Amino acid sequence: MKISLDNVVKTFDTFRAVHGVSLEIESGELVALLGPSGSGKTTILRMVAGLEFADDGHIYFGEEDATDIPVRDRGVGFVFQHYALFPHMTVAENIAFGMKVSKVKRSGDAIRERVQELLDLVQLTGLGQRFPGQISGGQRQRVALARALAVDPRVLLLDEPFGALDANVRRDLRRWLRKIHDDLGITTLFVTHDQEEALDLADRVVILDKGRIVQQGTPEEVCRSPHDAFVMRFLGDANALPATVRDGKAYVQDVEFDAAGLSDGTAEVLFRPADVAWREDGQGVPAQIVRVLDRPDSRRVLAKTTGGQSIEFDTAPEFPHRKGEAGFIDIRRPRVYPSGRT
Amino acid sequence: MTKPHSHRRLPRIGDAPIFRRTLLALVLFFVAVIIVAPLTVIGVHAFSKGLPYFAAAIAEPDTRHAIMLTVLTALIAVPINTAFGIAAAWAITKHDFPGRRLLLILIEIPFSVSPIVAGVSYLFVYGLQGLFGPALEAADLKIMFALPGIVLASMFVTAPFVARELIPLMQAQGRDLEEAATSLGASGWRTFLTVTLPNIKWALLYGVVLCNSRVMGEFGAVSVVSGNIRGQTNTLPLHIELLYHDYDAVGSFAAASILATLAIVTLIVKVVLERQGAGRRNRPASLAGNDSLSEVKP
Repeated sequence: MKISLDNVVKTFDTFRAVHGVSLEIESGELVALLGPSGSGKTTILRMVAGLEFADDGHIYFGEEDATDIPVRDRGVGFVFQHYALFPHMTVAENIAFGMKVSKVKRSGDAIRERVQELLDLVQLTGLGQRFPGQISGGQRQRVALARALAVDPRVLLLDEPFGALDANVRRDLRRWLRKIHDDLGITTLFVTHDQEEALDLADRVVILDKGRIVQQGTPEEVCRSPHDAFVMRFLGDANALPATVRDGKAYVQDVEFDAAGLSDGTAEVLFRPADVAWREDGQGVPAQIVRVLDRPDSRRVLAKTTGGQSIEFDTAPEFPHRKGEAGFIDIRRPRVYPSGRT
Repeated sequence: MTKPHSHRRLPRIGDAPIFRRTLLALVLFFVAVIIVAPLTVIGVHAFSKGLPYFAAAIAEPDTRHAIMLTVLTALIAVPINTAFGIAAAWAITKHDFPGRRLLLILIEIPFSVSPIVAGVSYLFVYGLQGLFGPALEAADLKIMFALPGIVLASMFVTAPFVARELIPLMQAQGRDLEEAATSLGASGWRTFLTVTLPNIKWALLYGVVLCNSRVMGEFGAVSVVSGNIRGQTNTLPLHIELLYHDYDAVGSFAAASILATLAIVTLIVKVVLERQGAGRRNRPASLAGNDSLSEVKP
């Protein structure tokens, strides 16, 4: 089922959570809504679900205008951030709930069979008689997914699906969710503030800031060509050096960067910690090493430019230089953005 | 502090033995004088002339009528206030609407208003000289000095009990469960019965028990609106006062012992319910993502 959002607006009291968001999610696609807290991503998800109503704009499921269809009839599977499993029901009863209350009548046997099927799908065979309080966080997550899938939803919506889990469980469940999605082919939209999760799992990433879409595209597109400094910073560690633009060139302490298309004035040069080479002489921004941190597969160097800016970069574990040494940082793949918006 | 250490620990605040003993003695003294002694006196006096006399005092027609009237009042007022309490708690915790805070404050007013004020104000509204008095009289509806007045006054006094028990719990539970049920296709009523109610039932029962004991024990508001007509509009607490003024000490204490027994039953039910409720509430607490549980055997 294809989902389209057309200029959707939502305001809470005086706080405008979502400003005219338009978005297309193709049938069978797995899309991540990525943004910091307060960016409106959960509100968008809840509007798609029908848990909130848009103040303005339209939401379409396929050709059907779903804007005013209540959540009960919208046919979405929603997985809540804290799972919202019914604590007084067993795992099997939780999964069966949607089928029992459905307008489509099913026989008791049919329901039991489907519950069994779903328990197998989420790899919880044999845990049907446990209560949610008796299983682990990762297992609860999978029960919540099975419960949402039980009603054969047209769309699957997940709110911070892995937010409450620890890092290892998170990675496993991520790969596993991707596999379930590929097997079932259900259109899936999920919300996360974790860029790694979004890039790892999604076909397409929609990056939001302050209730607006700032960029959308495949993980490759958003990683390789961030639209602005916000996206660049949000997707991963980034260093920033203030620069001045003159005639299509940006200057950081006399070092020249290409800034074609930027108007004269102040700007920032952004670059990833991995895109720096340390040189003892020659080209680059002059800097002094402040600290060297060791990591299992690399060394991270904290340095300060002679202009007083702190920067960090990654080097091979064999990096021979130590605290106090002076040199130059040579920046590969610099990105120049006009300053102002962060 | 599992094992005593060789070095002396510094006492924490309030740990000094003298302070602890004085505090305990003070509390015990107050409990004995203020709570235990009067209850004991009721029991002793009620049975002072023996069990047969106690039974006769209870069986006395006016006393029996007072008991029946009190039970009847409770049978009407408690279910209505329970329904109101659930509705109010539901509205306040699961929905957003303008005036939500105001409603919360309004519900609490009966807690802070003296019951006698409630009784008098009912008199001004429904009494013969009151706001609706003439209209009610024309329609031949008797509210004051009759059962409806007693029920209304009791309801006013006990209106907050159920809601007060439910609101904090339902607030803590949030809306996730209801939203989940609705997103799975459940109707509002179905959601309430199968999801909300099972998760609030202990708190609800506790609220109902408290509400009931207060309805049965209410004196101030009821005494204004009932008119104290012996054998007609006298509820048990009013009747106790009447017997006492008649110098019928045993009768009065016997009737009082019924109310006291009710209070003790209420207390026991409360303790049991709180235990049940505590067991229930521990479950969602463990929901906070503890992955070590995966090894737990069934």
